[in-house]
Amino acid sequence: MLALRMKKPPTEEELERRKIVGINAETVTHVTSTDFPGHYPQEEHFWDINIFRDNLKVEFHKNDPLEVSFSLVGVDASIANAFRRIMIADVPTVAIETVLMENNTSVIQDEVLAHRLGLIPFRGGKEGLHKFMNFLKKPADGEDPQYVDYNTIQLSLNVDCTHNEDAAKDEEDPSKLYHHANVYASDIEFHPVGRQTKYFAGEDAIAPVNPEILIAKLRPGQSIHCSMLMHKGVGSDHAKFSPVATASYRLLPTIKIKAPILGKEAEKFARCFPEGVIGLEKVTRKEAAQKGSEYEGHEGELKAVVKDTMRDTVSRECLRHDEFNKKVELGRRRDHFIYSIESAGQWNSDAIFLESVALFKEKARKLEQQVVNMVR
Amino acid sequence: MAPKSKTQKETPEEVVASEADVAMTEPPTSHQPAVEDEDASMKDGDPFDDEEGQNAEDEDEDEEEEQQRVKLLPGSTPTAASFEFLEEGHTLGNALRYIIMKNPDVEFCAYAIPHPSEAKMNIRIQTYEGTTAVQALEKGLKDLQDLSDVVTEKFKASREEFAARMSA
Repeated sequence: MLALRMKKPPTEEELERRKIVGINAETVTHVTSTDFPGHYPQEEHFWDINIFRDNLKVEFHKNDPLEVSFSLVGVDASIANAFRRIMIADVPTVAIETVLMENNTSVIQDEVLAHRLGLIPFRGGKEGLHKFMNFLKKPADGEDPQYVDYNTIQLSLNVDCTHNEDAAKDEEDPSKLYHHANVYASDIEFHPVGRQTKYFAGEDAIAPVNPEILIAKLRPGQSIHCSMLMHKGVGSDHAKFSPVATASYRLLPTIKIKAPILGKEAEKFARCFPEGVIGLEKVTRKEAAQKGSEYEGHEGELKAVVKDTMRDTVSRECLRHDEFNKKVELGRRRDHFIYSIESAGQWNSDAIFLESVALFKEKARKLEQQVVNMVR
Repeated sequence: MAPKSKTQKETPEEVVASEADVAMTEPPTSHQPAVEDEDASMKDGDPFDDEEGQNAEDEDEDEEEEQQRVKLLPGSTPTAASFEFLEEGHTLGNALRYIIMKNPDVEFCAYAIPHPSEAKMNIRIQTYEGTTAVQALEKGLKDLQDLSDVVTEKFKASREEFAARMSA
């Protein structure tokens, strides 16, 4: 008991060690976080917003409109995962929900065509899409839905395939032989109504993110005529509403070289990893002169050093070789999340993350209110 | 023939027969009622006739009271309680469990989704003396909101710094 009370606070090294998930050839160890009150004797680990603020780090690696990559360091997996899940399933987008088929003589069945149309990602004025547009209220039983400018966007697709009289006699390419042999997403027309004319004007018009998406193929005499209604929805309802192509994270890999890996072995060791992870450096005179550094007498030889673990794929290849098995320790940092978010086009990729955090906060705020109501 | 309950068995044969007849004339379950000109109204008519008034009304409705989604499960005492959350899942469950476990007054906290096809999430909280499970739950939800603010703030700061670095 006395020994417990006299326990010193953990060293930096010890704190660092606790953050590492061990990766062995066949097993993974120390998976769960232990930073809770009562886990370590004489240590606190209680929630404190200031401690959290001091430890939290965000570092960007890439920030393009359609793809963002950044590190979120200093959060628990449960929080990081909540953001990821919200990005995929709860951040709303607008997609085609109702297709009114007037005529479809193409070889694609109505329901298949409607499904294809639903999956096309659309873009448009950000303010209009994210602020002005709202969810369509589910109508009461027996009532018709209320379609208004802030919950419904009207689109239409009208294509007829005809012979191209100007085509060369020996032309074999259907796209030159006929008009509209291929129906593309760019053939979809947008019909703004009400205030949509203001929010979705000019560059901000509702249009497919990629105009070259092939919807159907036609032959002379065939046609597709349909009008479509778009509504706001969330990914948990249907994947077409998900704002992301992928939203994922991985933990930062760690590589610890415990004993020198030199010469030919160092080169082989570097080849066990993707390029740029392991670097080769010459053993300096100073290192060779240092007693107990295990570099004695190896001046000028190549040694393996860890350069950039971010590029590692954690293939564990090095653990398959007996010569490295004892000299290296692989792991992942439990609180370092490398997010990679690819937008489907309706949101900017960084805005999707911010929106997920905002939705998470809103979720907690609503439930706090609910708990207050429950007690009342 | 549809299965009969006890009371139905005692009814005279004729009545049962006539009930069956009535049922036969009803449309089958797969029947879809004829849509009265719905398509036409959407093509030609203006479905967006009353925009302005509708939107104002709708914005008011947002503040309308939501149905109660949190429930205290039976058998709970002030310091040891189970709560049932409707329409919540792992997203909030695990995050809330983490933040409540970070509370030094909490002895135990865990969450579960009892069945995957029911949109329910249960959370169990046991506290030490001096506080209650409800207070721990409220603190957890408050802490999550504070956490979100810090993440947003840091994310935006880092994004600006990155943009500056890229344009430099």
